[in-house]
Amino acid sequence: MKTTKTTIILHLIAWGVGVLWLLPFLGVFMASIRPYDEILHGWWILSPFTASLSSLAKAWTDPYYPLSRGLLNSFIVAVPSTIIPLFTGALAGYGFARFSFRIKSYLFLTTVLLMALPQQSVIIPLFQMMANLKLIDSYLSLVLVHSAWGLPWIILFMRNFFSTLPIEVEEAARVDGASDWKIFFRIVLPMALPALASVVVLQFMWVWNDFLLAKIFIYEESMYLATQRIEYVGREQFRVNWGVLSAASIIVMIVPILVYVLLQKYYVRGMIGWTVKG
Amino acid sequence: MLFLVVYPILQTVYLSFLSSSGEFAGLSNYSEILGDTDIVNVAHFPKWPPLGALVHNTIWILIHLPLSMFSGLALAIILRDVKGSSIVKSIIFIGMVTPLIVGGIILQYTFTERFGLVTAFFDLLGVEELSRTWTALPNTALFALVFGSVWLWTGFSMIIYSAGLATIPKEYYEAAKIDGAGPFKTFKRITFPLLRPLNITVITMTILYDLKIFDIVYVATFGGPGKASTVLAFEMWLQGFRYFNPNGAAVIATLLTLLTLVVTIPMIRYMVRR
Repeated sequence: MKTTKTTIILHLIAWGVGVLWLLPFLGVFMASIRPYDEILHGWWILSPFTASLSSLAKAWTDPYYPLSRGLLNSFIVAVPSTIIPLFTGALAGYGFARFSFRIKSYLFLTTVLLMALPQQSVIIPLFQMMANLKLIDSYLSLVLVHSAWGLPWIILFMRNFFSTLPIEVEEAARVDGASDWKIFFRIVLPMALPALASVVVLQFMWVWNDFLLAKIFIYEESMYLATQRIEYVGREQFRVNWGVLSAASIIVMIVPILVYVLLQKYYVRGMIGWTVKG
Repeated sequence: MLFLVVYPILQTVYLSFLSSSGEFAGLSNYSEILGDTDIVNVAHFPKWPPLGALVHNTIWILIHLPLSMFSGLALAIILRDVKGSSIVKSIIFIGMVTPLIVGGIILQYTFTERFGLVTAFFDLLGVEELSRTWTALPNTALFALVFGSVWLWTGFSMIIYSAGLATIPKEYYEAAKIDGAGPFKTFKRITFPLLRPLNITVITMTILYDLKIFDIVYVATFGGPGKASTVLAFEMWLQGFRYFNPNGAAVIATLLTLLTLVVTIPMIRYMVRR
């Protein structure tokens, strides 16, 4: 009897907190799918309730800062910034796991320090460097920096994963005459798919959600990434149009949230591997 | 990697000692920045605001760290025995995958008069000062940001503690039950000591998050009103990219680097010892 009572209370608390945490998101969602007049006194007033796509459409096709273009630009940056460090990191991680043993503490230290250091510590020289290389207003600058910052943890993460794989399979393949490259691409990489998925999810989100680096490298308005457009969309002369701004927020956040929902398992695994175990 | 990571860190330190014309300037940039009321506002100190970015970051840590740590731990423990807990966990974790720039917009909306839930709630209670737009008023702007960041970040400690809880064998709890230990004693004697190694990760990562905080300040208050919610990372960006004073910005960046090192070294030492 006592246990059921506690269980009920625990369930109530848990679900109550869940709803409480969801409310701000629900708020912007409601504001994005209802006409502006209906949210003037709070999105929680549900009568009248009219669903309308006009705010979303306005944010998507904004005359100056269309989010459609922002999403496209963000993909153009995020895809290579994920794939480049993924492959180089996996290759290096494999090398470190199989062919070298002394690198671990050095790699580990670099990774921890990099995770710790704020980007603010480096953006002044990076800006000057990119300006000298004429890479301001070029996505190459973003791809380079994101790849460089992603590599240490990806190498460490992949190294740790590869060292858990049984070496016997690879030895058997080698006896059959397979080259190192063939072993890596045909045998090791397929076994590493779950770890690669974790890397993709974490790195992609990191790049997609970045605002500061985009802000200091990209000044050409048509090249603005999705996160850069948020501060301009929905700002009218005398007021903030919360409908359009909410719609823009939903559009920008929907991509990482979809990635998270679809690949949740890999995200959490990657996250825990990267902080708890190091 | 050396070129894009290590060199810029050293270059930042170097720049912080140069004058704007490129000559060695000793500590003059440092005295200038540390004497700036935007960084530490001694005259305002007992009263508020603005108190300066360094003080604001400290306030941020003092409120954000215990709140998000405690709620994450409590949630991890409660959710362990709850049906459908994975859904609740996912909801709380959305804050971690939301771009911070969007997180800033959402918290601003939630704290806006008439439009947002928090202000409406205080209006209902009749607390007039708190029913106004928090991010537009000097007394509340910083707190709107801090509470918003608790909402966004609690998912982190919850996930870490949940992973820790999953490694504690069920037998320990069964044994405790047989010995007649109540829930509080079980927590104090079994759960808490076994989760202790995780505290250092949660504390370090949370302080680092608070030191780096930039996006939500930029978008929700722009450090205002009247610098009432400015933080170090934001002042650094202002110096470097608004006031075109790269040397001043390098000073703040170097200070941030030193602070992160101070925070991180205990974690590194702990991990190396293991």
